Amino acid sequence: MPVIATQQLTKRYPRVTALDGLSLEVGDGVTGLVGANGAGKSTLIKILLGLSDPTSGSAQVLGHDVRDDGAALRSRVGYMPEHDCLPADVSATELVVHLARMSGLPTDAARERAADTLRHVGLYEERYRPIGGYSTGMKQRVKLAQALVHDPDVVFLDEPTNGLDPTGRDEMLGLVRRIYDDFGISVLVTSHLLGELERICDQVVIVDGGVLLRSSTVADFTRASAQLAVEVAHDTAGAAAALTAAGLRVSREGETLLVEIGAGVDGDDTDDTDAGAVHDTVRDVVADGYGLVRLESRRHHIAEVFDPTTTGPSGPTSDQGATDDAA
Amino acid sequence: MTQPEASPAGVIHNIGYRAYDGERLPRRGVALALYSHTLRGVFGLGRAARSKVVPFGMVAVMLVPAIVLSVVSVVMAGQGMIAEPVLPYTRYAMVTQAAVAIFVAVAAPQAVSLDLRFHTLPLYLSRPLERVDYVRAKLAALATAVFLLLAAPLLVMYLGALAAGFDAGTQTVELLQALAGAVLFAAVLSGIGLVIASLTARRGFGVAAIMTVLALSYAVVTSMQALVGFEAGDMTTAGWIGLFSPMTLVDGVQVWAFGVETSSPAGPPEGVAGAAFPVVTLGVVALTYLALSARYRKVRL
Repeated sequence: MPVIATQQLTKRYPRVTALDGLSLEVGDGVTGLVGANGAGKSTLIKILLGLSDPTSGSAQVLGHDVRDDGAALRSRVGYMPEHDCLPADVSATELVVHLARMSGLPTDAARERAADTLRHVGLYEERYRPIGGYSTGMKQRVKLAQALVHDPDVVFLDEPTNGLDPTGRDEMLGLVRRIYDDFGISVLVTSHLLGELERICDQVVIVDGGVLLRSSTVADFTRASAQLAVEVAHDTAGAAAALTAAGLRVSREGETLLVEIGAGVDGDDTDDTDAGAVHDTVRDVVADGYGLVRLESRRHHIAEVFDPTTTGPSGPTSDQGATDDAA
Repeated sequence: MTQPEASPAGVIHNIGYRAYDGERLPRRGVALALYSHTLRGVFGLGRAARSKVVPFGMVAVMLVPAIVLSVVSVVMAGQGMIAEPVLPYTRYAMVTQAAVAIFVAVAAPQAVSLDLRFHTLPLYLSRPLERVDYVRAKLAALATAVFLLLAAPLLVMYLGALAAGFDAGTQTVELLQALAGAVLFAAVLSGIGLVIASLTARRGFGVAAIMTVLALSYAVVTSMQALVGFEAGDMTTAGWIGLFSPMTLVDGVQVWAFGVETSSPAGPPEGVAGAAFPVVTLGVVALTYLALSARYRKVRL
């Protein structure tokens, strides 16, 4: 059973269409939901929480339908809102205990879980002080703690790294990864920064203008665009010609030749055996008198794959985009 | 609420993450938890000491006259001067209406304004609670608080009356009438208070607005009644004017239903016409509930 599934999910407001026929399936693990501001990420999360009804289409979270089964669904889901939502005049402990009770935990269990959870997110002595005096990083941790305190099966984290400095960002991303690795809770995390999500996600979903651009595992994303960097001792141009003649797609970057592994000349997707074959071909060709200096695999960052200039209807990613995944 | 945990000296155990397999209360249980949390918060329990000043100050202001009246009852009855309490139970809320208004003006914003000001509602609504549960829990909690504030002095007076040796049967009936009135006062005042408080995220505005609406309407209505009733001699019209302030409205219901003495210059019309008072009272309660529900349906998340 997928953690999240949506079918042709559409949400129209009087003046904007926030989601437009979005169909996707998200499994266990850490899933990144990426898109520019206004792409429909927060709208999607609100619909998944049963807080906002879709205009059309349907969605299920943990097998519960978001329209009919909101309360049951929300007792198994944690939500960290994007914006400031913490009262200034109570301590983190009081707030998290109270919100644990609001998730249905009896008082004693709520106290115990609140203390545990605050420790897990890295709040210690300061948790007895009023939240009004906290730094942004500490506030984000409190928001995370309240999303986890009732031990949900999945958490929705809306822009958890917002407003954090680079160190705070790294710590928060590490925490997010731990939520699945150590706590066993699946995560849907949004960001407008693709780069930070690829470090911690198993799957990445890219939406833009309420439409699914792409959904696949991080490994697929990067494998599809992997290259071999080849440097030879002399006659770089000759080597390039020879490699092209051997049926490979080669480009030149200074004295380095970049051989595509991700897509062969015929444009097919490749798997690991194809990558091996490309390696073998390069080795054989270059051994023929060019003098191999360096041979290394280069893995693209998703951000390069998801270059805005390549996402148009004719861009290289469109063939794996909405149409395939919606099918 | 926030005692530091006693930790065993010098040892830190990393217990790792523990899943929770225990009981999870359904929606009703969660709403009940929000109700009791709000009720405690209204009286400042579990909050800073300064949050307790006004609620408990008003409780004291409400109790002191009741205690004095009880002592008066016991002493005067002992001298055979009176055979019933000096002040009827049903008039107590009206006599102390300023204290009740202050209590509501502070309690209603305490119950809802902070959640609006700090945008805390998404944290509630992403949990099993529905919007309507939130509204009901807040209303019920504030109404309970106002009822407790009104009922406590009535019980003190009742005990005083029993100690004074007044007729127990009559006293019990009159007490129950006043408690029924207290329920109506609580429902009307908390409804109006919460609607006003829910319109502003600023607690100060809420306090001022509620004070103004309750105190000003009472002052205007009773002055108008005095003018029309005594100066112009039209007691019927003066009675109808009582519909326009929450306190005189509910007092009118008590007068109409139980035939007790009115606390305003003019009581409601007798007979069927007077039924307008209970009808309007129930209408106000229903309207404030609908207004609050509509308000929270629109809250931005």
